[in-house]
Amino acid sequence: MIFLTRRATFSASHYYWNDAWTEEENEQVFGRCANRNGHGHNYTLEVTVAGEPDPVTGFVVDLKWLKDVMERDVLADFDHRHLNLELPEFAAGKLIPTTENIAIAAWKRLEGAVNGAGGARLSRVRVYETPEIFAEFRGGA
Amino acid sequence: MSSGKAYFGRRVGLSASHRLHCDALSLEENRAVYGKCNNPHGHGHNYVVEVLVGGTVNPETGMVVNLAALDEALRTKVLERFDHTNLNLDPLFLNQAPTTENLCRVVFELLKDAMPAGELECVRVEETENNFFEYYGE
Repeated sequence: MIFLTRRATFSASHYYWNDAWTEEENEQVFGRCANRNGHGHNYTLEVTVAGEPDPVTGFVVDLKWLKDVMERDVLADFDHRHLNLELPEFAAGKLIPTTENIAIAAWKRLEGAVNGAGGARLSRVRVYETPEIFAEFRGGA
Repeated sequence: MSSGKAYFGRRVGLSASHRLHCDALSLEENRAVYGKCNNPHGHGHNYVVEVLVGGTVNPETGMVVNLAALDEALRTKVLERFDHTNLNLDPLFLNQAPTTENLCRVVFELLKDAMPAGELECVRVEETENNFFEYYGE
């Protein structure tokens, strides 16, 4: 089994807020991230797929194909957007766009295309919010 | 959104000195095994400690673990103990050389019961840009 990883970057804004809580509770838990004017990051999306190299091409997956899938299913919607306002996963306070939830959302967007291609399986999605902070999801209901 | 396990990672820097030396070996053997790292005066590194915490995403906060609480655990358990110190002088390294493998295990043991939420999955310590060590608790 070979694990192959492709990285891409996107820039987006967000804030953390739970509508069920008071302003004080939000500020206490989320700190500066609760500023409702939002703030932004340069995110790095890291997608790992697992499989056996094709005996003819030597590829686990075609990296150009994986790049296009990441672009179409994640980056086209996430890049230069306000995550709270513009993405169905997070809009209207449905879900807080923490790094954890962004990793899960990216997994769900990529899972069908990667696993449906018939070769490699999606193994891990890691999202870096800064070089020092990241979240990852390896699937699971 | 999902009840599956997710992981949150945090990287922090830590600067410390050490000397790799094993009392059970002769001076020559120590030099042969540890090379430059056996210099009696020690030397130092800018280490990067990376912790990976696994757990379910709290539906109220969207988080596996609160970054501020995790930072507090890292600060009190690891950074205040090791940052800008000589690792050889720490009691945890009295009976084992402060290799980065051992530092990795020591940091895992110091942190594993101090997680504010989730479970400690892995501690990775990067000694330089070109070498790193990981410990998963077993």
